[in-house]
Amino acid sequence: MIRNIFFFLSALAIFGAVMTVFSRNLVHSILYMILCFFAIAGHYLLLNAEFLAIVNIIVYTGAIMVLFLFAVMLLNLNKTKKISLGKVNLFASVISGGILLLVFVAAIVKNSESVTPVQLSQDFGSIKHLGKILFNEYILPFEASSILFLSAMIGSIILIKKEHR
Amino acid sequence: MEELQSTLQTVPLNWYIVVSLTLFCIGTVGILYRRNAIAIIMCIELMLNSVNLLLTAFSAYNGNSDGQVFVFFIMVVAAAEVTVGLALIVVMYRNVNSADVSLLNKLKW
Repeated sequence: MIRNIFFFLSALAIFGAVMTVFSRNLVHSILYMILCFFAIAGHYLLLNAEFLAIVNIIVYTGAIMVLFLFAVMLLNLNKTKKISLGKVNLFASVISGGILLLVFVAAIVKNSESVTPVQLSQDFGSIKHLGKILFNEYILPFEASSILFLSAMIGSIILIKKEHR
Repeated sequence: MEELQSTLQTVPLNWYIVVSLTLFCIGTVGILYRRNAIAIIMCIELMLNSVNLLLTAFSAYNGNSDGQVFVFFIMVVAAAEVTVGLALIVVMYRNVNSADVSLLNKLKW
């Protein structure tokens, strides 16, 4: 049963990713990417990372992909003229990506030690447990990430602002 | 909790590694293939997500929650990156009236 759910979610994620890359319409591509992110959130639920599943849906599909859709619709990028991508480009990129995948999979198959999963504690992956870790051990990176967000926000506003002479 | 233990027992860790590596390679193909700047940023997001999945799988199989905190920080960095990247695309659209990266060849040797 769980194995079937795993296969279904994996197939959904890979299908979404492939359609993201190869669909011509940019809006369709973004919608397929949302499908892929939902499948990855399902994987997180399967791995008992419920906090990450919720954050993935809220941040990625809720914020980032909506930002992409806004950018596409505001700039009217969908209406730009079709540029011929070329068969050579397609073959070259698919072959190099396939070789990369081949190397990765060969490296895994070569030293395939079966990992025995450890016994998990009762509150593994829960919001309470993660919050305790985040605010005790990782408090400094957490604060640094807030500064990163602030600088990204200021930087994007400065970039977008029209220059007045 | 019994559900989780049965998930970890029935699905080997290698399968999760293969799935996330496949997603990573699809993202690589997309970056090489697409010419639209927004599509390229989306493929970078796809690669970041595959790494997130891998980190979560490792953290679940090792019983260590630090991997999930790392995934959280990766999401933070991805959000900041997308903000700045889309601002750059808007500026590019103002200058060359398109989001095609092959038009930006002034620095090409």
